Amino acid sequence: MARSHVLVCGGTGCTSSNSGLILEAFNKELEKQGLADEVKVVTTGCFGLCALGPVVIVYPEGSFYSSVKVEDVPEIVSEHLLKGRIVTRLLYQETVAEDQIKSLNETDFYKKQVRVALRNCGIINPERIDEYIAYDGYQALAKCLTEYTPEQVIQIVTDSGLRGRGGGGFPTGRKWALTAPNNAPQKYVVCNADEGDPGAFMDRSILEGDPHSVIEAMAIAGYAVGATKGYIYVRAEYPIAVKRLQIAIEQAREYGLLGKNLFNSGFDFDLEVRLGAGAFVCGEETALMTSIEGNRGEPRPRPPYPARKGLFGMPTVENNVETFANVPPIILNGPEWFSSMGTEKSKGTKVFALGGKIKHTGLVEIPMGTTLREIIEEIGGGIPNGKRFKAAQTGGPSGGCIPAELIDTPIDYDNLISIGCMMGSGGLIVMDEDTCMVDIAKFFLEFTVDESCGKCTPCRVGTKRLHEKLEKITSGNGTMQDLDELEQLCYYIKENSLCGLGQTAPNPVLSTLRFFKDEYIAHVRDKKCPAHVCKSLMSYEIIADKCRGCTACKRACPVNAISGEVKQPHVIDKSVCIKCGACIQKCKFDAIVIK
Amino acid sequence: MKTLAELQAIRDKARMQMKMRGDNREAVRVVVGMATCGISAGARPVLNAFVNEIEKRHLENVVVTQTGCIGMCQFEPIVEVMAPGKEKVTYAKVTADKVARIVAEHLVNGNPVMEYTIGNVMK
Amino acid sequence: MEKMVNCKINGIAVSVPEGSTILEAARAAGVDIPTLCYLKEINEIGACRICVVEATGARGLVAACVYPVAEGMEVKTNTPKVHQSRRITLELILSTHDKDCLSCVRSQDCELQKLCRDYGIEDTDKFKGYNPQYEIDTSAPHLVRDNNKCILCRRCVAACEQQFVSVIGANDRGIDTHIGTPFDKPINDVPCISCGQCTVVCPTAALVEKDDTDKVWAALSDPSKHVVVQTAPSIRVTLGECFGMPIGTNVEGKMVSALRRLGFDKVFDTDFSADMTIVEEATEFIDRVKNNGVLPMITSCSPGWVKFAEMYYPELLDNLSTCKSPQQMMGAIIKTYYAQKNGIDPKDIVSVSVMPCTAKKFEVGREYESAAGVPDVDISITTRELGRMIMRAGIDFVNLPDEEFDNPLSDDTGAAVIFGATGGVMEAALRTANDLLTGKDNETVDFKEVRGPEGLKEAVYNIAGMEVKVAVASGAKNADYVMSRIKDGTADWHFVEIMGCPGGCINGGGQPLQPASVRNFVDVKALRAKALYDQDASMPIRKSHKSPAIQKIYREFLGEYGSHKAHELLHTKYVGRPKYQ
Repeated sequence: MARSHVLVCGGTGCTSSNSGLILEAFNKELEKQGLADEVKVVTTGCFGLCALGPVVIVYPEGSFYSSVKVEDVPEIVSEHLLKGRIVTRLLYQETVAEDQIKSLNETDFYKKQVRVALRNCGIINPERIDEYIAYDGYQALAKCLTEYTPEQVIQIVTDSGLRGRGGGGFPTGRKWALTAPNNAPQKYVVCNADEGDPGAFMDRSILEGDPHSVIEAMAIAGYAVGATKGYIYVRAEYPIAVKRLQIAIEQAREYGLLGKNLFNSGFDFDLEVRLGAGAFVCGEETALMTSIEGNRGEPRPRPPYPARKGLFGMPTVENNVETFANVPPIILNGPEWFSSMGTEKSKGTKVFALGGKIKHTGLVEIPMGTTLREIIEEIGGGIPNGKRFKAAQTGGPSGGCIPAELIDTPIDYDNLISIGCMMGSGGLIVMDEDTCMVDIAKFFLEFTVDESCGKCTPCRVGTKRLHEKLEKITSGNGTMQDLDELEQLCYYIKENSLCGLGQTAPNPVLSTLRFFKDEYIAHVRDKKCPAHVCKSLMSYEIIADKCRGCTACKRACPVNAISGEVKQPHVIDKSVCIKCGACIQKCKFDAIVIK
Repeated sequence: MKTLAELQAIRDKARMQMKMRGDNREAVRVVVGMATCGISAGARPVLNAFVNEIEKRHLENVVVTQTGCIGMCQFEPIVEVMAPGKEKVTYAKVTADKVARIVAEHLVNGNPVMEYTIGNVMK
Repeated sequence: MEKMVNCKINGIAVSVPEGSTILEAARAAGVDIPTLCYLKEINEIGACRICVVEATGARGLVAACVYPVAEGMEVKTNTPKVHQSRRITLELILSTHDKDCLSCVRSQDCELQKLCRDYGIEDTDKFKGYNPQYEIDTSAPHLVRDNNKCILCRRCVAACEQQFVSVIGANDRGIDTHIGTPFDKPINDVPCISCGQCTVVCPTAALVEKDDTDKVWAALSDPSKHVVVQTAPSIRVTLGECFGMPIGTNVEGKMVSALRRLGFDKVFDTDFSADMTIVEEATEFIDRVKNNGVLPMITSCSPGWVKFAEMYYPELLDNLSTCKSPQQMMGAIIKTYYAQKNGIDPKDIVSVSVMPCTAKKFEVGREYESAAGVPDVDISITTRELGRMIMRAGIDFVNLPDEEFDNPLSDDTGAAVIFGATGGVMEAALRTANDLLTGKDNETVDFKEVRGPEGLKEAVYNIAGMEVKVAVASGAKNADYVMSRIKDGTADWHFVEIMGCPGGCINGGGQPLQPASVRNFVDVKALRAKALYDQDASMPIRKSHKSPAIQKIYREFLGEYGSHKAHELLHTKYVGRPKYQ
């Protein structure tokens, strides 16, 4: 039996930084040093602290090695594994303490996290079903099938207060309860794994790190509503997740945990994976189902809702990956355990993908009700480079911003809606003083315009026109009337669009208009971009008094926009300048300013 | 598999193999000195013997780990047993054949094997 | 007992069956909600957002055409917010629409134009911006596709899907979405069957029949040409719609009068050759039955259906009757019998046909359709094109006197008239086959089992002691069903009628357009078909072989039914076609 386990993170983030090669290197080095029988090397899912990847954790010491390179492996093997001397220089600095390694759970990043959906990520090898079972895997399914009726299962989920984690926040128990009574020759359970929000990777990490949790939950859902078949619709851009799912399904089938007569209960359930093909709109539940049916992925009008008429016209339960991942622990620990966490109307925890201007970019899971300040200043480690926090964007292209003055907002579904935001699927982009909020709105709208399916007029044409207006504003041609028309068009698109994509597309614009109107007015009335982002509204100028004529900027300029003799003040030709900033970087005398 | 019992059997077996993962601050720690002196004195077979014996006996709350040079090189292989709330016990010149007794008397029954401790070995 | 739901539309209480949409409930309350993309039973997707209304219990505005009413729901269809939303929707549509209403062929009956007028859209450039420009597709003889006028209602996609063909669909996404063929190939290079159903459902001029009227005007004004025209059975009950007359008005007399005033030298009735088709086809059928020929025999007068067979079931072409369609038979007779009888060189004859059909434009160019060494028919125009010609010529159609067709090629029977409805050809054939096989002049003339709007009808008749199983299919989807049964050997019919368009020629791709506001609530097909069956019932002669004109032409010119000469002039060949070029 192995005396030491080396866990190498195999999430997409670390894999793209060559954690796969690190794994190979460990195996080779251990073989070389004759330790292969004593030390077990394991791939796991995402630990969450992606900013410090590739991550390697060695147990039983629990040393968290960060930013590991392939070249570091021999040192770790000979020093730590052979001689028992922990390689301090590679440790996550916050865990370095006097006599022993500080527990990860005591670091600022992990201290406030409660890992429910991510419980197994970073601990088990997702490609070994035994490891999932070791941590009570499939116990929940067994319990449901042998001790509870379908109605009781639905009651447990309802009592827990679990709400959809894909963004909608619809009570999961109620969704199952609406589906169960509908009779049909075949009902379905569908898992929405088409995580499309730019910057979001919560579902990806769950699928890569703990695919069985989703499989088990889908079987439980099937039992609860009377569905014997399931589909997991994964975006094709997640090849690792797809592979891990397929392995997991195979292994579950081998163990009889998928297929016929599970646990001798008479209940059959099996599922298959379907790939997306690059359409954000297929994350919308009806478009997803249409896509599975083999059609062009476009949403359908609701009602009828999927609970009554979903996939192939049959009653269907469709839930998000993270929603499903919460189900087995709810069954095992009871609904009161889950509802004891969170706020009054938003129970449990939520996984957030922290990105943008924050020190600890990565994945965190926190109880609902944690304030934005805690997330940014404590868990996230604050804004790098001493910059000032400006706003946090949640919900991706469907969401809105929480401005700095609302940093003490406890994060839950209803609080966010009340300030014009939405929880979304969990993407949380942090922005600092160097971010232009108008540009951010334009950025999200660019995404929406590109992803609009084209079926309904408001979204197909309306979002494009909205984007064109923002272009007009950020290029210095906007008028105050444009601002009014912008807002009017936003409300029109929100109220008239066929599906959630269009209905929420104007949110970034409306939200930034609400909290950062002054920035819009600056762009329109003063033709200035306060954050110095919108190039058309910036001009680079050399302050003659400060310029020493060293010609460094002139030589750095890629378009020859700077003229001047040696030892003479230089001048930038604004009509040629492309505002790349190369000159500012070179100037040692702070003589170049952006106006 | 068709029964809960089968599922639990797999769980228990796998659990055993994985129990060192995760934080176990309540566990009894058995620390084996594995610096060069320790290794050349034969600490590795001692380490492996502990691991195997503990698995054999299904001891839940014991974690075996290694450390660098403890300092008393002539008394290697050194094994320290640290139980929360109790004083540290240091064994010296441990060999693989002594491990079974240490496990049985100290780890299972709570009685340190005095004649193997460093105090007595030094004499 | 159907469950009813009580709701209020603009304060008016109404009770409708459960599952009804707001649109239907509104209609029951006497309230009309404007729609654009909604086409009942064909396209119900709630995409255009014109029919949005406020409804209690709904977040945002909802599409009345698909949103079901619930007990106690209160709907408001004319609030300022609703009107404002509809206006913006129209203005957005206009920002990607080619606005040449002055010369557009749909001007005055364009559904988008009407809505813009109703909602007082003044600034048509309000949302000017990126507007993708598309090349107009004129590759096929029957159709012009102009995506610059398309409003993406998807009615055409739905119609083509209902025809099983599905050769057009939405390509690309977002604002670059456009209706196109696979890989945006020209429509002539994909398996389109030319049925024109897409043109019938298009609310704008994005899809229109190819206009061949210029060629007709040119022929009419050429003194060296003898220009003759033939009109299909169903034109007489639909042409009036072009002039606002009620659907199903029989305007045969006025139609003939108008054609004469346009300047045609002779006006013939395709009904005559329809009768000829029957006697030839019945003879062919009896021959196949007696001599173990290929069965089931399938009718071949619908060129859309024939094109479908050639592309999708080229291995089963022997099942088709070798008879030409009535249009082509007429053309052949005109350029041989008629030309000879009147001493006219067939090369100087311009043979024009007015058809309910866009596929006829494809048919006139087919091989093996030139009995006299020149094409049997030179130009085929649709009912719609004739309507436009009459208007341009300033002819006061509605007040025209009734006139009669020219003979010798026009006397007809009731059997010919009903060719325009699905089941008509079958019934006509049965009337003749019944007499020919029994050798008697049977009283039975009505074979009601093959009448009716259903897409697929089957019946068994006992004729001269023989059990004859027949099937009648209309619409390419049902055609595909029939052919797949023949292909897998489970078909036991003897004789099958297939029409390319759902409902038959009265719903042909070339018929006058009725807007969705009519089609959604009025059974246009039934009204038009009824007019045909009414005329049939009133005619003295109702069996094709009893027609004196038919008897005369065979006696004088063709010889026996199915004679060698008849085969030379009146029969054709089929050729398998590749689906994609």
